[in-house]
Amino acid sequence: MEDWRDGQEILVMDGRIKVPYNWSAGETGTRYLESLRDDKRFLGTRCPACEIVYHIPRMHCPDCFEECAEWVDLGSEGTLVTYTIVRRHHPQLSPLETPFGYGVMKLDGATTGFLHLLSEFDDGGLASGARVEAVFAEERTGSIMDVAYFRPVKGVV
Amino acid sequence: MMAATRVGIVGVGMTVQRSTRRDVTGIELINEAVRAALADADIKRKDIDAIVIGNMDHFEGINYVDTWSVDGSGALGKPIMKMTTGGTTGSTVAMGAYYHVASGMFDRVLAIGWEKNSESDTTGAIITAFDPFWDRPTFAGAVAGLALEATLYMNETGATEEDAAYIAVRDRRHALNNPYAHLRMDAKVEDIMATPYLSWPIKLGDMCPRTDGACAVLFASEGAVDEFPNPPAWVHGVADRHLWAYTSDPYVNQKVVGGTWFPAMERATEELYENVGITDALKQFDVAELYLPYSFAGLRYMESLGFCERGGGPALVHSGATDMGGECPVNPSGGVMSSNAIGATGLLRVAEAALQVQGRAGDRQVPGAALALATGFGGCYWSDELVLGKEKPDKVRG
Amino acid sequence: MDPVAIVGVGMTDIRRNRLEDTYADLVYEACQKALDDAGMTAADIDVVLTSSNDFFDGRTISSMAVMDACGSYDKNVSTVEGDGTFGAAHAVMRVLAGWGTCLFCVHHKGSESVMPLITNTMFDPIYERFLGIESIASSALQARAYMDAFGVTEEDCARVSVKNHGNAFKNPVAQLPLEITVEDVMASDYIAEPLKLLDCSPISDGASAVVIANQERAKGAAKKPVWVKGIGYNCDAFHLGDRDLSKSDALVAAAKKAYKDAGINDPPGQIDLAEVSDAFSYMELMWLEGLGLCGAGEGAGLTASGKTALDGALPVNPSGGCISGNPVLVSGLNRIIECVLQVRGDADAHQVAGVKTAVAQGFNGPCGQSQCVWLLGGDA
Repeated sequence: MEDWRDGQEILVMDGRIKVPYNWSAGETGTRYLESLRDDKRFLGTRCPACEIVYHIPRMHCPDCFEECAEWVDLGSEGTLVTYTIVRRHHPQLSPLETPFGYGVMKLDGATTGFLHLLSEFDDGGLASGARVEAVFAEERTGSIMDVAYFRPVKGVV
Repeated sequence: MMAATRVGIVGVGMTVQRSTRRDVTGIELINEAVRAALADADIKRKDIDAIVIGNMDHFEGINYVDTWSVDGSGALGKPIMKMTTGGTTGSTVAMGAYYHVASGMFDRVLAIGWEKNSESDTTGAIITAFDPFWDRPTFAGAVAGLALEATLYMNETGATEEDAAYIAVRDRRHALNNPYAHLRMDAKVEDIMATPYLSWPIKLGDMCPRTDGACAVLFASEGAVDEFPNPPAWVHGVADRHLWAYTSDPYVNQKVVGGTWFPAMERATEELYENVGITDALKQFDVAELYLPYSFAGLRYMESLGFCERGGGPALVHSGATDMGGECPVNPSGGVMSSNAIGATGLLRVAEAALQVQGRAGDRQVPGAALALATGFGGCYWSDELVLGKEKPDKVRG
Repeated sequence: MDPVAIVGVGMTDIRRNRLEDTYADLVYEACQKALDDAGMTAADIDVVLTSSNDFFDGRTISSMAVMDACGSYDKNVSTVEGDGTFGAAHAVMRVLAGWGTCLFCVHHKGSESVMPLITNTMFDPIYERFLGIESIASSALQARAYMDAFGVTEEDCARVSVKNHGNAFKNPVAQLPLEITVEDVMASDYIAEPLKLLDCSPISDGASAVVIANQERAKGAAKKPVWVKGIGYNCDAFHLGDRDLSKSDALVAAAKKAYKDAGINDPPGQIDLAEVSDAFSYMELMWLEGLGLCGAGEGAGLTASGKTALDGALPVNPSGGCISGNPVLVSGLNRIIECVLQVRGDADAHQVAGVKTAVAQGFNGPCGQSQCVWLLGGDA
């Protein structure tokens, strides 16, 4: 007996969710991002109880909840904690052309590492423990993208 | 059958509810409420056993809120799960945290509800709640759906727009006693009536605002409540129904479910009241914190919650029974008509009800309040309901 | 923990694209299967829980899509978002709190969205999202950290992919049975080094459901109840730079709690089988270590020895695991369901002999940030 489903071509509806967002950086984030924009300088905040310097800065320590009121100047150089070289990426997401890298880098003076892009490296030129330095964008707007990427420090083994 | 551990609310924290909190990120907003709750209960983060968190995802555009917000929620190195059901999220989170403790698995569980409505286009986000094929192309957001309900109610009972407008007046006037509330004013019915129509018969003044806010509530087991400085607000019962999947379902199915007003609310109420022993809501409840998404709800839901007979909403409200000083004040906090940070809203009803029966509600205290009803509303006409009491219940069913 | 059992399980087949089925259809199928398996009908269910994810589904209040399909009509119902292991844990809480039976279901259709765009939204909008980071690249960061810490090679990870895709031939539910070698994996294209195509789980559609019951109601079940011996869950820091990505503190803490409930103090000695969430090949190695089934850095050796093969002494992912079919969220519940089938003796072609105690694991968030562990066993 024939079923009404036989020979059906299923209809598919294409859609896109278009909800605009405007995320607030908050007071702590604003100070951090302004420092990137205006001074090309990275800042961390210090938990007085745990003695951890957080970078990305936190308003309150995630562990003990104390206020991290002390701002700490960090270098723009640091150590690569881990990395990946991206060879295939969704074009809508990619800030750089493949191949590019992501890394977790620990800036000098910070206890924690943070995530950013890696570029200007040779094949095989990235390794955990390598020294890396920030390259700032020419046009800076007060965003994490004011840092264009990190690259290996030349001449350092 | 296993009996549930009895559970009490021992701490409450909330941020001030504002239209825009640009000074903080969502994580920092959450942390503000959490630190307030921990301070209120005099407990350190390390002694929390588990966390339940919720918001309405598309309002902030954050996926996996539970893992994202760890720095603020206190969930570092702790068990956390996310619960979300749209408008009912806050009450769902409260019930979720309640069950975490009632199960015996945890003794001290923090419920967190939050929303930063300022960070998105609210209607744009709400539309994504509805089925992409059947409802979304024609559906204009939350207001139109509620307008259908209001029209039906007015047709069947003869209630007027002015009757509904009084709810907005009452709740925002109550909010004058609540320093945390968003919209606080002593307005008149004429003022509401003069606001522009959004979708007839709903006017701007009939609707809840968009708010940024967070709330955290600490639930403790009966074995742990004595660790805390505040008397517990005991959970006497919880019930919910999330009956529908499509926006037209409640209307078509009215015949199927015996022509009730609001089947989800009436069925949840029936179960809850039977479990807790409520036979006369108006007499037995000392206070009610009800999730009223818009003014007309303040008439209709009183009927579905058993405070009066069908069609009796306007008369009940006009009698003064639901004002401060009345037989059962509704929304001494100002309710949702005053503040609506969606993920927090349902949880705030529970928090406010808890403060009432603990005698800690300050200027908005209903004197001698011992039994309170708290509700959540959302989604496709869904209803969450909780009863909190000053006295420890003998046994909690379900 | 009071005795609580899983008395019914249902999984839809996991496929690349279940085009004919809406979420409601998938959930209905899974719930019906679970009820049939339990010898119950919807009338026997006291409370319902669902799980879904608003972003994958393209729908805020994603639970709404399945409210009628999951049998929640005129019942108490709630929703946990995230991996099925977590929602199922809440279902157990409901039963422990006095509900006789709870039906829990979870759904996902990866085919209906663009995975990297969705997983990108897990990341912080201010500090990370616009870097374009998503699930594969972030997991690659973890893989590198883990491999560097312990000298694990890409070949070591490839062995997991070979084993699990091979196991999938014996599991009709699995999406991708593949007869591949380590060389095949090594020859597949890099997506984000060191992760290659064959190190990654596919895009998948599927739904699953379980019926959970207290001891009294378990007596009415059609099949042998499988008892929940222990549950633990725990969460690491969010920012990748706050964590030591070479290990999972959250998993160790979750396992510790689950093992304590279950009276396990010698995991490799007392556990007969493991179903872990190998969204990427390296993850199976890391999760085995976090579960204490071998020491830190020893996952590779354990796998290479053949001990975790279908015919080994401690089979891991006899179902084929996530790498053979990964409907996100559903995957965690499938790990639990597979353990249930094994303990019951219902795993047909991929049945392992004599399974008394099995461990299932699932996670939420980037690089397995939030972890959930279940112990399941044959005795109450």
